[in-house]
Amino acid sequence: MENNNTPLIELRNISKSFGETKVLRNINLTINRNEFVTLLGPSGCGKTTTLRILGGFESPTSGEVYFEGKDISSVPPYERESNTVFQSYALFPHLDVYDNIAFGLRIETLEKREYPNVELTKKEKIKKFFYNKTKKYTETEIEEKVNAVIKLVNLTGMENRSVTNLSGGQRQRVAIARAIILRPKILLLDESLSALDLKLRKDMQYELKELQRSTGITFVFVTHDQEEALTMSDKIVLMKDGNVEQQGTAEEIYNEPVNRYVANFIGDSNILSGKVIDSRHVEFDGEKFLMDETNFPDGTEVDVMMRPEDLDIVYPSKGKLTGVVDSIFFKGVFYEVDVTLDNKRIVTIHTTDYIPAGKKVGINFDTEDITLMEKMK
Amino acid sequence: MAFHPNTIRRQKVKVGFKWDLYAGMSIPYLLVLFLFVLLPFIFIVLYAFLSKDGSKLYLTLDNFVEFVINEKFLSAAGLSLWFAFITTVICLIISYPIAYFIGRSKFQLRSLIIMLITIPMWINMLLRTLAWKQIFQLFESWLGISILGTDFAVTFGMVYVFLPFMIIPIYTSIIKINPSLYEASKDLGANSLLTFIHVTLPLSMPGIISGITMVFLPAATSLVIPKYLGDGNSRYYLIGNLIESYFIKGDNYYFGSAIAVILSLIILMMMYLVTKMDRTIVNEKANTLKGRKKVGGNLNG
Repeated sequence: MENNNTPLIELRNISKSFGETKVLRNINLTINRNEFVTLLGPSGCGKTTTLRILGGFESPTSGEVYFEGKDISSVPPYERESNTVFQSYALFPHLDVYDNIAFGLRIETLEKREYPNVELTKKEKIKKFFYNKTKKYTETEIEEKVNAVIKLVNLTGMENRSVTNLSGGQRQRVAIARAIILRPKILLLDESLSALDLKLRKDMQYELKELQRSTGITFVFVTHDQEEALTMSDKIVLMKDGNVEQQGTAEEIYNEPVNRYVANFIGDSNILSGKVIDSRHVEFDGEKFLMDETNFPDGTEVDVMMRPEDLDIVYPSKGKLTGVVDSIFFKGVFYEVDVTLDNKRIVTIHTTDYIPAGKKVGINFDTEDITLMEKMK
Repeated sequence: MAFHPNTIRRQKVKVGFKWDLYAGMSIPYLLVLFLFVLLPFIFIVLYAFLSKDGSKLYLTLDNFVEFVINEKFLSAAGLSLWFAFITTVICLIISYPIAYFIGRSKFQLRSLIIMLITIPMWINMLLRTLAWKQIFQLFESWLGISILGTDFAVTFGMVYVFLPFMIIPIYTSIIKINPSLYEASKDLGANSLLTFIHVTLPLSMPGIISGITMVFLPAATSLVIPKYLGDGNSRYYLIGNLIESYFIKGDNYYFGSAIAVILSLIILMMMYLVTKMDRTIVNEKANTLKGRKKVGGNLNG
């Protein structure tokens, strides 16, 4: 029995360079069983490279990848217990839907997916290369499995369609079916929803989450869309320039961002410079405010963040801050109100009430609405 | 010629073809096509059914009968096709690894190798053939091995001349394969060998088919190579040489045309078989599909 306390996947001190360009700088990451993990970040932050290292398509320049406690850094993709849904889906154009999905099962052999524990001799390696002698499944078994998966991803009736004649959403389902039919321990998804239109993307987000719950497979999802990340993930790993900025649940990252970058990337925010007075007080804009207890030492220069939806508009006399409404935009569920404070700073507030521009207002907030973050270098 | 604009106009109704400047630009090409392809072709077919008695022309099937009765012609045709077949097979065996290697190498290297492969084609084929004749003669005088006038010499010459026509289409079909498909295949558990069998080979099939066509056709009718590398040996008096002899040396255009028509028919049939074979592979898939459906039905019912 495997020890369930060992994480499924562990990246230790992973660095990756392409020539002179450093893509990943000392990444440490732990992924547990049955988690929906999202690697989030702007393009060029190294999230896709991280995924490709997990899949075995790139080998790290330094550092190790551990799978259930075993070092798999040098194990090729075809021997890893992970499968990938590629960004462009990479369906085989010469095969129809059924054959695309059956591809992996037809390849799979009995001795497949057992990690080599010992160094192989050259002769053994050659033997291994030609080992497709004992097929794991008969065509009847394959058919049963394929039909079940086709049903799972709602592609019934499409079996004999050419993959070149499918819509984006259908192609994606084929790509997912093709990967999950092999019952991988990890499913890697590379920006898999970015090619779909908004409505379909939303539907697929829920379907993916549901699929992850029902199959119990660990999903590692790469995206640059913060909303997608918030909707689906058990754990978000926010990356920037090859570094992991913060990892945690959606709530943790949203409510307690560690710095200005994270706060800006996820959701809207008002960020001001401030200074910690003592464990219950922070000073910004020349005034002292009460807040929940902080661990920052007294006198630290910090960034103070307040989410627009946490700020309330009240009568000027009752506000902790006062200002004049500069502009108001209708956003559907709420109005986005920009208020110019007395010290000329502009603060964004989300409210359901309409407040005409030019009106003098007060702004109020609770002690827990103030979040302190370390200042970025 | 009046029918050209008409055909175009008829197409316009059919497929929503718009008659404009660009369509008009195709007229010179259509003219050339008509004058130098269609018209000569009609004449050749017509000639094949004609014969001359003194100064009188008459319709006849004699040319075809003569071809079938006279063993000389049949064996020449058979040998031509045999050489073409062997050449095609050897070209395919040599070309695929080369094309695969070029297709998967770096971009700069690719263009360099493709240039090296095509450079010999800049030189006239006759010159290249004569060069090989001299090289073979050198071998003979130095080493005492007589190569000239053997099957080997003729096949070697054909492979040498037609090799690029096999490499280029296979190479083209290999570079068209999306590299992420290789990754997908590996991701799904296939090692390099299985990836090649299940992904690369089927996806490069169109290149193989067009390579076969582009080598087999000219090889079957090649004139210069058997003539010079066959060193005058009557065994290498192949179908191309026969046609030449009736058109250029003799004046029996009618029999020459008949040979050309017969050869075209044979080649057409062979090409049909090749493409059909390709399709049968696809159809077999379709059949397993049907079988698969039946099995599914039984399982469910």
